[in-house]
Amino acid sequence: MLYINCPHCGMRSQNEFSYGGDASVKRPELNKEVSDQEWDNFVYNRKSLRGKHLELWQHISGCRQWIKVERDTATHEIFRTFKADEEVA
Amino acid sequence: MTQAFRIENVGLINRDKKLSFKFNGKTYFGYEGDTLASALLANGVHLVGRSFKYHRPRGFFGAGVDEPYAVVQLYRNGETEPNIKATEQELFDGLEAKSVNCWPSVNFDIGAINNFLKIFLPAGFYYKTFMWPKSFWYRIYEPFIRKAAGLGVASTKHDKERYEHKYEYCDLLIAGSGPSGLASAFAAAKNGAKVILAEDKPRFGGSLLTSDVNIGNQSGKDWAEGIIAELKTMPNVVVKNRSQIFGYYDHNMLVMSEKVSDHLPSTKKYHPNKRLWYIRAKEVLISSGSIERPIVFGNNDTPGVMLSSAAKEYLKVYGVLVGRKPLVFTNNDSGYETAIEFKKHGVDPIVLDSRKNPESEIIDEAKNLGINIKNSYVVVAAQGYKKVKSADIASISEDKKQLGEIENLQCDCICVSGFWTPTIHLASQSGNKTKFKEEIDAFVPGQSKQNEITLGAANGVFSLDETLKTSFRAGSELSKKITEKDNEIAIPNVVEKKSSQHDKFWCVPLPKGKNYKRFLDFQNDVAVSDVEIALREGYRSIEHVKRYTTLGMATDQGKTSNLNGLQLVSEIENKVVPAVGHTTFRPPYTPVSIGAIVGREVGKHSKPTRKSPMHSWHEKNNAVFVDAGVWLRPRYYKRGNENLFEASKREAKNVRANVGVCDVTTLGKIDVKGPDAAELLNRVYTNAWLKLPVGKARYGVMLREDGIVMDDGTTTRISENHYHMTTTTAQAANVLSHLEYYLQLVWPELNVNVVSTTEQWAGAAIAGPKSRDLLKKLFPNSDVSNEGLPFMGYMEGDLFGVKARIFRISFSGELAYEVNVESDYGNFMWEKIIKVGEEFNIQPYGTEALSTLRIEMGHVAGSELDGRTIPFDNALEGLVSKKKDFIGKRSLQRTAFTAEDRQRIVGVVPLDKQTSIPEGSHLVKDDKAPLPNPKLGHISASCWSVEYDNPFSLAILKDGKNMIGQKLFAMSPLKNKVIPVEIVSSHYVDPKGERVRS
Repeated sequence: MLYINCPHCGMRSQNEFSYGGDASVKRPELNKEVSDQEWDNFVYNRKSLRGKHLELWQHISGCRQWIKVERDTATHEIFRTFKADEEVA
Repeated sequence: MTQAFRIENVGLINRDKKLSFKFNGKTYFGYEGDTLASALLANGVHLVGRSFKYHRPRGFFGAGVDEPYAVVQLYRNGETEPNIKATEQELFDGLEAKSVNCWPSVNFDIGAINNFLKIFLPAGFYYKTFMWPKSFWYRIYEPFIRKAAGLGVASTKHDKERYEHKYEYCDLLIAGSGPSGLASAFAAAKNGAKVILAEDKPRFGGSLLTSDVNIGNQSGKDWAEGIIAELKTMPNVVVKNRSQIFGYYDHNMLVMSEKVSDHLPSTKKYHPNKRLWYIRAKEVLISSGSIERPIVFGNNDTPGVMLSSAAKEYLKVYGVLVGRKPLVFTNNDSGYETAIEFKKHGVDPIVLDSRKNPESEIIDEAKNLGINIKNSYVVVAAQGYKKVKSADIASISEDKKQLGEIENLQCDCICVSGFWTPTIHLASQSGNKTKFKEEIDAFVPGQSKQNEITLGAANGVFSLDETLKTSFRAGSELSKKITEKDNEIAIPNVVEKKSSQHDKFWCVPLPKGKNYKRFLDFQNDVAVSDVEIALREGYRSIEHVKRYTTLGMATDQGKTSNLNGLQLVSEIENKVVPAVGHTTFRPPYTPVSIGAIVGREVGKHSKPTRKSPMHSWHEKNNAVFVDAGVWLRPRYYKRGNENLFEASKREAKNVRANVGVCDVTTLGKIDVKGPDAAELLNRVYTNAWLKLPVGKARYGVMLREDGIVMDDGTTTRISENHYHMTTTTAQAANVLSHLEYYLQLVWPELNVNVVSTTEQWAGAAIAGPKSRDLLKKLFPNSDVSNEGLPFMGYMEGDLFGVKARIFRISFSGELAYEVNVESDYGNFMWEKIIKVGEEFNIQPYGTEALSTLRIEMGHVAGSELDGRTIPFDNALEGLVSKKKDFIGKRSLQRTAFTAEDRQRIVGVVPLDKQTSIPEGSHLVKDDKAPLPNPKLGHISASCWSVEYDNPFSLAILKDGKNMIGQKLFAMSPLKNKVIPVEIVSSHYVDPKGERVRS
């Protein structure tokens, strides 16, 4: 079970969180013309990375905040975690 | 029965407490502190089971977790548990056990005929033989194989025992209480670290219990007892025996199974049978020791052949002689230690050592005691069927290829030692890439992957002096990092005898003309010849060889067989062992009861149960409940002998004729507050929300980004910046997360807060033509007329002194209201509604009547919003705004979603107006068409229309818009029904929606 550092609450076990997918996906702005390909990429197309991956988790049984987690998908090592509004450099 | 093989004044058992037990129906006696295995051996019982494939007689091979043979069916306190290792099961008074895998009895087993047919049962036998004809598999082959090859039998009864889970955090977790575990725990504890020390056996001390060493002027055993006694007094230390750490998972999470009650005749009141510990440790010290491995020779599975370390343990811990004429067969010094113990207790052993001229302190001691030692000698084959009677022995050439003349030697047991295999399972599970250590012919942990370190024998270090030094240091340094304390500890002096190099020899060649079975894996009957076949047939990867031959599988997971298997493969393949590699070590290290894994989450505790505040009223009024997610909802209220169908029809009819009340507390409720609340709703729902006035409700549909309907419900504007959103019961939690996702990540600029208020409000839906009359009496001070509270209106009211929210919304399609009060007043509200409603013939109605009412109105619910439909499919396209953007809108332009013949909701009536259509039935054009019959749609919900008194269903049908009036067939192969039907409008009752506005 992963041990995730919630930027709001501290170290918590994975069973307090729910997974939210790729954190690098940006939703196209509202009321903007979006091509089929762009929309397709946003809704469906994800890379299945082996290695460092920035992903979303929600601390659902804790502070209910969505957070970003930088994790290695092969080794499960967690490098850094960020608040929802933190920019990832 | 006398315990003929017990010797006086030896061992750690309590001779004051005699225990009686039964094995295969026969009564024996043992002592407190025995295992089932030691007690049986004390009584001279060596035959305990039959082997898996050939049903050959099986005895005891080990004395602990590595045991491949002595697997029994255990009976305790009216319960039974399969596949218990007799070597691990502690004896208690009244214990009963039976052999497994034999029929009719262990002494006469019909399956043993396989032993004579073994030429037909080679590796891969099952794969090769039971292939043809295909139809034989289920009826003949599989049942036969299961009966013949099974181990124990699981109980089909409810398990009365209780199992617990526990979460724990510590600085240092130490697996194993041998010398390295004790030393590191002691050093870390002295530095103030929070330490958990786990030992799988009942006694602490590991090898110190049986080895002839001194630590700090006392025996190893006494030193261990002293350390444990001191650790137990320290508040920062948890010491656990009977506790097996069986899995090493991500981020230093380890799981331990503690046997709390297995050693007792019955579990104490309020105690669990087992406790599963989830331990998150900052540092893990693996001091799991090593397991002796056998040398392979002919008929080496005969009862009486066992590991030399096991023989020593039975003697020193339990005071039991495994034989009176022992033969020790060894390639290293450990065999001599066992021989010395025999000699010291008045039994004359013979030692066969494969080495030519070994020299060491231990060998000198054996010689001084006058033990008969034969160098360059091996056991070629054991003789005897149910018990060793003699051994064929021979000298062996230096290259280990040529055997001398075979001699027969009388003996009653053969204690075999092929050197030691470090127990690296936990290290390997943590991700540590193991490495092969040439001088011990075994794998040891390599580079640490997580915060783990392996010490002592588990790390391939067999010198006690070195083990203690490194372990004290490791415990001290790792704890210092955490506690920043550094208490000096004097490392005690060690007196131990030096060993000489073991012989890299693991398998005795077959003598000319002999075809003995030489077993590698004792539990699965995998012989040298089976591995040879697998390789000959082209299996190369060790993982494939394992699966084809079953080497290293089943309950012991090859603890005594894996390395010899690798040696064999490496020899045949002409590769070095590290090039062959080992199979993956996966948790659990040893079998764990399913009960322990499940814990307390059984029966009604398998999920939480949510009840509305009116639950007790429903119970008192004969409600029959149904699970709605984790909620319990009244399905119908039973009157007299009514069944579901009759009751729900009565309740629904009463709503259409008079007035009914339904508990709708379970609906999800979310408070949406803030200056941008309307903007959020406008983006989340498909319809427009910016102009909704205060005091009005609106129905909304929300989509996922892929255009599929996620949920629906009404949202009411309570005040300027405050909205009350309702969701379906099932989607309440998902909708909240969905809103939080957009507010926190996508549109953080929106000034809105959302919070679940589902549990804050109790809800009652009052529906039927007389509902307004009832409402007038409930709220005499409020104007609830059609003008004062129009359809989709909202107001606050005073319900006999309790503040209430009144919404004029309808799911039933009738004139209807929903009244909400704070949860604590829920029952008060409900009782008032029932009491005041009496004069209007009010009846409570359950979810079944609720479904009937909504289905015949064509209102959609979860069975239509099933994660596969878009608004159009549910005839909700009128709610999809063309002007504004919202979540999922862009997806609605997908070609499939705009197709001319897109699926759509329709009504379905059977032509005979009699036959109810099973939900899930497929709609087809031609019921006689060849399979697969093209499916046009499916029945999503069915009811008995109370308005027209005939069956009515909703369906999602291809090109549904143009299918009204068509005749189709509803087919349900599951229910074996073919029903001719007509397609009608989904709005079966009141298609213009006049009632809700009346």
